[in-house]
Amino acid sequence: MDTIDRRLINRIQRNFPVCSRPFKVLAEELGIPEAEIISRLERLKSAKIIRRLGAVFDSQKLGFSSTLIAMRVPEERLDKVAGIVNQYRGVTHNYQRPAKYNMWFTVTAESPARLDEIIGEIKTKTGITDLLNLPALRLFKINVDFQLEE
Amino acid sequence: MTNKIEQQVIQALQANLPLVKQPFEIGISEAETLAIVQRFQENQVIRRFGAVLYHQRLGFVANGMGVWRAAEDEIEKMGAIMARFPEVSHCYYRPASPKWKYNLYTMIHGPSQEACRQVARRISEKTGLSDYKLLFSSREFKKISMVYYSGS
Repeated sequence: MDTIDRRLINRIQRNFPVCSRPFKVLAEELGIPEAEIISRLERLKSAKIIRRLGAVFDSQKLGFSSTLIAMRVPEERLDKVAGIVNQYRGVTHNYQRPAKYNMWFTVTAESPARLDEIIGEIKTKTGITDLLNLPALRLFKINVDFQLEE
Repeated sequence: MTNKIEQQVIQALQANLPLVKQPFEIGISEAETLAIVQRFQENQVIRRFGAVLYHQRLGFVANGMGVWRAAEDEIEKMGAIMARFPEVSHCYYRPASPKWKYNLYTMIHGPSQEACRQVARRISEKTGLSDYKLLFSSREFKKISMVYYSGS
């Protein structure tokens, strides 16, 4: 990665130009040709620096419901339980964390009823009953930008 | 909530914007697509539009979930203090229960676990909250972007 790559990344983590020719706008700002912007982005994606270029939606504003679930899973059953939990498309993040509750995952569904239904199904299918349902009651911050030193 | 055309725009933009000169040509009128995206941005239906990075590759290798126990009547004040730390990417208030007494959650990022622990200590000093845990992930079972309106 060179200075232009870092400048480009910092520029497009937020407020990507929404217009007919966005790469031309970026080209003019960074002083390089439009085709080079496109080829740099192709490279940054194949080098696994950029995960995705697109929109991040607010699930609540789309009418979806979400929550964080913490489950207490016996160590020897972690893989099996993770396999069951991960089958749901609405489970987007699932981590093992060393604590009394050792499996932490987020679930998003199209309605509160469907969310409850998924949680119920997970309990039934895994047989795990000790879990915490931790919906966000208030959001203080969400900012996943990582500004790079140029 | 959303109509058919809006859902088509959501389906296209939740994936990867094609790296072509006119990436907003997604099979419906480009002008209409741009208008919908701009409206979604104004209404904050789109939280942000841009590049999502693999942050582990950029030196932010460690992240820990801080869970904090705050008095219910101090949630606003404590959440606001935590949110001001640049190392904190997410800060939420979630319900405590007899089984789990923590009610504020912070995702803390840093170049190492020790760096994250230091941030947690600074948050503890600044807030006066001493009952907390910093839970690092020991394994990633799944990490994807949400897919809306996939039709299944």
